[in-house]
Amino acid sequence: MSELYDLLIIGAGPGGLSAGIYGSRAKLKTAILDKNAEPGGQATTTEELENYPGFFNGSTGPGIMKKFAEHAKTFGTEFLRGTVDEVDFSGPVKKVHTQQGDTYESKVVILSPGANPRKINVKGEAELRGKGVSYCATCDADFFVDLDVVVVGNGDAAIEEAMYLTKFAATVTVIVIHEKGNLDCNKASAEKAMKNPKLKWVWNSTVEEIAGDELVEKVVLKNIDTGELSDLETNGVFVFIGTVPHTDFLKGKVDLDDRGYIITNDMMETNVPGVYGVGDARVKYLRQVVTAASDGAIASSAAEKYLSELETLQNDVLDVSKEKPVLLAFWAPQIQESIDSIAAVDKVVEGKNDQVGLVKLDTYRAKKTATQYKVDQIPTVVLFKDDKDVGRISGADNITPEAVEALLK
Amino acid sequence: MMEHLTKENFDEKVLNSKGVVMVDFFSPKCVPCMALMPDVEKLADEKSDVATFFAFDTTGNMRMAMKQKVMGIPAYLFYKDGEKVASLDKDILEEKGMAAVTDKLEELTV
Repeated sequence: MSELYDLLIIGAGPGGLSAGIYGSRAKLKTAILDKNAEPGGQATTTEELENYPGFFNGSTGPGIMKKFAEHAKTFGTEFLRGTVDEVDFSGPVKKVHTQQGDTYESKVVILSPGANPRKINVKGEAELRGKGVSYCATCDADFFVDLDVVVVGNGDAAIEEAMYLTKFAATVTVIVIHEKGNLDCNKASAEKAMKNPKLKWVWNSTVEEIAGDELVEKVVLKNIDTGELSDLETNGVFVFIGTVPHTDFLKGKVDLDDRGYIITNDMMETNVPGVYGVGDARVKYLRQVVTAASDGAIASSAAEKYLSELETLQNDVLDVSKEKPVLLAFWAPQIQESIDSIAAVDKVVEGKNDQVGLVKLDTYRAKKTATQYKVDQIPTVVLFKDDKDVGRISGADNITPEAVEALLK
Repeated sequence: MMEHLTKENFDEKVLNSKGVVMVDFFSPKCVPCMALMPDVEKLADEKSDVATFFAFDTTGNMRMAMKQKVMGIPAYLFYKDGEKVASLDKDILEEKGMAAVTDKLEELTV
């Protein structure tokens, strides 16, 4: 059994690394668990990565991810190795178990499991993987110097990697499912690609089969308008047709959408308190390094608030309530009448010579606690005895010194 | 430590060898390959009695790799008495880690 972490992050892609940076910088005990020894996730399989702000002029996916990881390490993030096979989010302390047999415990878990390349699911694809079929241009481009390759797909990754491959291959043919001239990628890349003389295009088409004896020799293309099949000789097939989230181990543990993506709100909270979801595995509009990094920052900062609320509630309210009554006062600096009410409560408590505890919470900053105790009016004063809330007064008009005295009796 | 092969000694060390040999086809540029490297180094030490382990940097050695029908890395190839008998690709290596290698070795050494 491990020591107890504040923040355990599953997955060391840009979302997880950014969460690590924010978490450890906030002095939370933070660790990132990844199946790989090299952090970076999918971004390390992309050579051309020139849309992360501040990084351009030949910056690469592996290069930027190295910087992310160094940054997290500098602030004290711990890096752990293991493939997660089981999670238990049922208690206040979350448990994460790995195939290697380790169990980690943490108060907060940030899920950053990422996604895997989507397969075309055609004949020959699995058999010829590593023999001409590839999902990673950085890994395999070198093999195709002066050879012919096809790229399947037309999103950002497909078009940018196709351009990268033109530096190696003799010809790069992009197979596009859309009508001539229509690409799903960003306009800047589309314009650049259309002008690249080494790129060839096959429109309106999908790959029906990849064939070859031991190495890729050809693809069978299907024109989706006419249904006509044709052969195209090639040495390599690079597939960039999106991703599938790596969330099988989360089924039944947090809410996923019907395609398996983690459902979160704006604060990256899943349906389970203390469990957050970030990066490509989350339901979102744009899956990029910059949005994953943003998710990570949000999750860690939300987690920090969550932890400090938990701590206040446990240490200053629940624990103390076993010794003496504690009043938990919900107020808000924006609401003048709540300030006045709390001052009145303060006075009553002062007169009790330390026989009664008082904790004041800014309601808007302590939404979790407010929700947990169903506080729907500001100000509200809740009385705790022996670990439990046993009474309350709500509304400025009702919180009078007399009423507080009565509540305490 | 795994011995690093060159295109000059590949045939001699692998194809003309006896027993079980595993070759890790990698390149320093391939992050998934480098991620697996510490594990496979460790495994090579532990299993040195059942097989001989080599690493082969494909950078500048593409032709040799392609002769072995490797056109994508990481790829671990297994040879028995100089003959290629099995291979493992990135998917299975990332999913199962070194367990995939030990399983394969067991299969080949029974």
